[in-house]
Amino acid sequence: MAEFSLPANSKIGKGKTWAAAQGASRVRKFNIYRWSPDDTKTPTVDTYEIDLDDCGPMVLDALIKIKNEIDQTLTFRRSCREGICGSCAMNIDGTNTLACTKFIDEVKDEVNIYPLPHMKVVKDLIPDLNNAYAQLASIEPWLKTKSPPPPDKERKQSPEDRKKLDGLYECILCFSCATSCPSYWWNSDRYLGPAILLQAYRWLIDSRDEETGERLDNLEDPFRLYRCHTIMNCSKTCPKGLNPAKAIAEIKKMMIARQG
Amino acid sequence: MSFKTPIGRVRGLGSAKEGTHHWWAQRVTAVALVPLTLWFVYAMTSLAGADHATAMAWLGDPRNAILTILLVIATFHHVQLGVQVVIEDYVHAEGMKIVVLMAVKLACVALVVAAIFSILKVAL
Repeated sequence: MAEFSLPANSKIGKGKTWAAAQGASRVRKFNIYRWSPDDTKTPTVDTYEIDLDDCGPMVLDALIKIKNEIDQTLTFRRSCREGICGSCAMNIDGTNTLACTKFIDEVKDEVNIYPLPHMKVVKDLIPDLNNAYAQLASIEPWLKTKSPPPPDKERKQSPEDRKKLDGLYECILCFSCATSCPSYWWNSDRYLGPAILLQAYRWLIDSRDEETGERLDNLEDPFRLYRCHTIMNCSKTCPKGLNPAKAIAEIKKMMIARQG
Repeated sequence: MSFKTPIGRVRGLGSAKEGTHHWWAQRVTAVALVPLTLWFVYAMTSLAGADHATAMAWLGDPRNAILTILLVIATFHHVQLGVQVVIEDYVHAEGMKIVVLMAVKLACVALVVAAIFSILKVAL
């Protein structure tokens, strides 16, 4: 059956509290999920009190401050700190988003931070993305053609056809959408999920690609595509403001279009 | 323990190359059910308080009998398509899944046959 309660080794206990420094003026509590594979303890939520007057405005600024100044063992992924690499996707205040583009002020009161939901945890806020990356590879996200490339120039694409990729090419594969989707929680072994299906549509709609039919063949499956039941959590949570639910709907329309 | 690679697991048994018909049938039956259900609710509310003979006469009218049979077919077809999706979503034990799917499909066939037989018995 689907998992509606946490397994015993995932039950979350109360962790340590790290009090704010003396003389802190504007204190905010950050409750952060902690789990390490190096011991046998179950996960805990540690509380860090941060002086917002001595911290950058973003949630990622607070995480980096904690790691630099309070607790070096806190583990998370981050790189670009400007919403283009997708590394720092996590569940903040109940919503999957990027820590680097989420203002601390957007969160009322205490800031609760967990890893992306229903993924295996490598450590603390780091989810295991191996399955998601393999799913991306399975849709072969590159240009596939039968006709040889022009010898002396690139393959041409009209401005109108290029416009069809807007709203798709911006995806940074942070997997906020996939991990907000109950269908992906229950069936991620077979369902590709919104992030991968948006990527698949990006190649289906590319005017230069010549393997549209083979791509659709590969997706036409009760689980790979049709586990989407259009609840739109994906579009609601996308930190880049994209619409994976619409991309999936367009794929379903293409499936119908080739039937007759 | 398995050393199967993530890409091997994801590619799995390959695409079933179906699912579109199921999805489309669900939409078609849903569209059919909109007018049929509205008509049926209207008919039932206007029959409220009527005696047995009046109700029998209503169902005896060929137009009402035909529309009711269409409603029954659309409903049970839609039900078995929808419940199948719910079972596939949540029941992951392969043996149990097949048993429950079969039970739902056979029950829907039995119910639709019983319903049509009953309507025809009144109408013919």
